[in-house]
Amino acid sequence: MTHLPVLQVLIPLMGAPACALLRQRRAAWTLFLLVTGGALVCAVLLVLRMEQGSVRYALGGWPAPRGIEYVIDPLNAPMLALVSLIALIVAVYARPSVEAEIETRRIPLFYACMCLCVAGMLGVIATGDAFNAFVFLEITSLSSYALIAMGKRRRALLAAFRYLIVGTIGATFLLIGIALAYAVTGTLNMADLAQRLPDVYGNRALTAAVAFVVVGLAVKMALFPLHSWLPGAYAEAPSAVSTLLAGVGTKVAVYAFLRFALTVFGGSLVFGLLPVGSIGLVAACAAMVLASAIACFQRDLKYLLGWSSVAQIGYIVAGLSLATVDGISAGYLHMINHAVTKAALFAAAGVLLMRLGSVDLQALAGLGRRMPWTFAAILLAGLGLIGLPPTAGFVSKWALVLALVEQGQWFVVGAVLGSSLLAVVYVGRIVEIAWFREPPETPLLRPPAVPMVAMTWLLVLMSLYFGLSPVLPAALADGAAVAVAGRLR
Amino acid sequence: MTSEIELISLVLFAILVVTAIGITRLRGLYGAVMLAALFSLVIACLFVVLDAVDVAFTEAAVGAGISTVLMLTVLALTRAREAVTPRRRLWPAGIGSVLTGGLLIYGSQDLPAFGARDSPVQRHPITEAYLLESQNDIGVPNTVTSVLASYRGYDTFGELAVIFTAGTAVLLLLSYVPRHDPDFERRKLLLADYRILRVVSKILFPFIFLFALYVQFHGDYGPGGGFQAGVIFASGFVLYGLVFGIDNARRVVPRWLLRVLISSGLLLYGGVGLTSMLLGGTFLDYDALSPSHPVMGQHVGILLVELGVGITVAGVMTAIFFVFADRRVLQ
Repeated sequence: MTHLPVLQVLIPLMGAPACALLRQRRAAWTLFLLVTGGALVCAVLLVLRMEQGSVRYALGGWPAPRGIEYVIDPLNAPMLALVSLIALIVAVYARPSVEAEIETRRIPLFYACMCLCVAGMLGVIATGDAFNAFVFLEITSLSSYALIAMGKRRRALLAAFRYLIVGTIGATFLLIGIALAYAVTGTLNMADLAQRLPDVYGNRALTAAVAFVVVGLAVKMALFPLHSWLPGAYAEAPSAVSTLLAGVGTKVAVYAFLRFALTVFGGSLVFGLLPVGSIGLVAACAAMVLASAIACFQRDLKYLLGWSSVAQIGYIVAGLSLATVDGISAGYLHMINHAVTKAALFAAAGVLLMRLGSVDLQALAGLGRRMPWTFAAILLAGLGLIGLPPTAGFVSKWALVLALVEQGQWFVVGAVLGSSLLAVVYVGRIVEIAWFREPPETPLLRPPAVPMVAMTWLLVLMSLYFGLSPVLPAALADGAAVAVAGRLR
Repeated sequence: MTSEIELISLVLFAILVVTAIGITRLRGLYGAVMLAALFSLVIACLFVVLDAVDVAFTEAAVGAGISTVLMLTVLALTRAREAVTPRRRLWPAGIGSVLTGGLLIYGSQDLPAFGARDSPVQRHPITEAYLLESQNDIGVPNTVTSVLASYRGYDTFGELAVIFTAGTAVLLLLSYVPRHDPDFERRKLLLADYRILRVVSKILFPFIFLFALYVQFHGDYGPGGGFQAGVIFASGFVLYGLVFGIDNARRVVPRWLLRVLISSGLLLYGGVGLTSMLLGGTFLDYDALSPSHPVMGQHVGILLVELGVGITVAGVMTAIFFVFADRRVLQ
C-alpha cells in the first residue's frame, strides 16, 4: 500500500518494454489491458486514501528536496483516476479497432507506445518535482507523435510532424521556465519552490519563468491561438489514439498549468502581480467563439470534433483563469465531464470509420436508420457538447456560468452562450445529415465490433450519469479547488 | 585567472553565435549539419570551462557525435537543399523568435552573475548536502554520478524511458517497410572496398569498444557513465555499418537482438528499483540492496542502473541508425 504512488506510474511504464518484447498482437493487447487495469486499481485506492490526507513518496529513499518525491493530494488524485479510467476503456476498445487499422507486425510496438503515453501522463500528474514533470511530459509527447503518425492516411504523417515541431517548442519553453525558476531558488522540488519563490517575487527572471511555463503549457493544452496542431493530430490519428488523446491528452497540460500556477509559483504572483488571468480569459473567449465557428464549417467528423475540443479547452481555461474557488471547481469539473463526452464522440467516430470506411460528413447520410445505436450515442454525447440537460456538459457549464456571474464577467458569459449556440449548429449539422438524408446503396463494410460499441456506450452512459447525478465528479472537483484555495491570491 | 576564463568564455560564445547564424543562413543541409556539430562541440567546450565535464562529455558524444551521423544518414535519403520559404510565411516565426529572445534578455537581467559564489543555487542547502554528504551517503567520488544515479535516479530512469520511447517510436514507424522494388540495387560500392578505410576502421573497433567499457564502468570515478558509454558503443556499430555495409552489420546485430537490448536495459533499471521495493525500501532505494552496508548497496545499485542505461542507449542509437540506413534512397 505504501508503494501505491509509484506503482501508479510504474505499472504502465514497465509494461512498455514488456510489450515491445512480445511478438503476438493478442499478448501485447492483453498486457496493455492488464497494465491499464492495474493503474486504475492504484488510482481508485489513492482517491479513497485522500480522506486521510495527502500521500508523499520519497523515490530512491532520499527525502525531498534532496531526492524526487511523488505527492498525491486532492488536486491530482482525481486526475490519476480519470486518466487511468479512460485508458482502461480505450484498452478494451482498442482490440478490434487496432487490428483493423494497424499492420499486424507493428501491433506489439504500438501497444508499447500506448503504455508509454499513459505512463507519461500519469507521471506528470503524480510528481512533486518540477523537472520530473518535464521528463514525463516528454515521454507522453514522444509516444503520442509516433501514435498519431500511425493513422491510415498519409496526412497523418504531416499532422504528427506539425505536432512534433509545435509540441517540442512548447516543451522547450516549459524547460526554460523550470530552469529559470531553479536559477533563482536552487531547487526543483515543487513544495520547496513554493516556499522560496515568494521571497523573489518581482525578480525579472521569475517573471520570465512564469511566462515560459504558461506559454509552454498553453501549447500543450492547445489553447487558442496556439491550437493549430490539435485538429489535424486528433483527426488523423488511429481511432484508439484519438479517443485516448481527446479524452485526457490536453487535460494533463491543463492540470500541469494548475499545479505550476497555484502550488509552485503561487496565485498571488500568477493571477495577482502578473496578468495571466486576464490573458487567459481573453484567449478562452477567442477559443470558445472562433473554434466553435470553425467547427461549423468542417466537412470531416473527426476534424469537427477536434475544433470543438479547442473550444472546450476555452471553457476549462475560462474557469481556471478566474482564480476563485468556484471558478477552479467549475473548470476542473468541465475537465472531467468533457474528457468523458469527447472520448465517447471519438470512440463513436472510430466505430463509423470501421463500418463506413470514412467519417466524411457526407458518408454519414442516413446513419439514423443504418446504425441507430451509434447514431444515438453521437446524439447524446453531442448534447453534452452543447451543454443541454440531462448531460454532464450541462452541469459543468452551469457551474462555469455561475462562477463567471459571481465575478461579474458578463463578457465571458456572453462568449459561453455564443459558443453554445454555435455548438447547436455543428451538432445540428451532424444530426441533419445522419437523420434526414437518404442512406446510400453501398452496404456497410464490416459487422459491428462489440467491444467498440460497448465502450462507446459506456462513455455515453457515464456522461449521462454525471449529468443526472453529479455528486461524485462535483465532490472531486470541489475537493481539488478547496485544496488550492489557500494559494489563490 | 578569472579574466582568462572570461576571455575564453567570450571567445567561445562569439563562435557559438556566429555558428548559429551560419546554420540559419545555409541552404545546403550537409553544411548546416556540420555546423550544428561544431555548435555542439563549442557548447561542450563551454561546459568544460564551467567545470561540468560530465555534461560536456555527453554533449560531445551525443550532440557532436551520434546525432550528426544520424542527420547525415537522413540527408542521404532526402534532398540536401533546403526549400525556399516564401517571405510572408516567415513573419509569424520571426515575431515569435523576437519575442522569445526579448523575454530571455529581460529575464537574464535579474539572474545571478556568471559564476557568482552567492547565487541561490550555491546557497541552497541541497548543494552543500550533495557536495559534502554524498561521500557518506553513497561513497562515489564523482558527485555528478551520485546525483544522477541515486539522489535523482528517478529522473534518469525517466530519461532512459524517453530514449526508449524514441527508439520504439522510430522502430514502430520505419521497420517493416516493404522494399518496393526487388531489383533495387543498394549502393554497390562499399566503403570497405577502399583498403585504407577498411584497415583503419578494423584497427579502431577494439579501441572504441574498450573505451566504451571504460567510460561505462569508470563513471563512478570520473566523467562518464551509461549515456556516454552507450553512445560510444553504438558509434562502433555505426562505423561498422558505414564501412562494411548495413547487411553485414545486420548480421552482427540482428533485428531481434536490438529489440531485446532496447527493452532489457529499461527493464534492468526498473528491475533494480523493484528489487529495492521488495527488499523493504522505496523504489530505487539502493540502501535496501545491502541493509548491513548501505554504501555497498549504493555501489551495486548505481553499477546496475548505469549498465541498464548503457544497454538501452546503445541499442536505441544503433537501431535508429540501422533503420535509416536500411531505407531506399529517394530517386
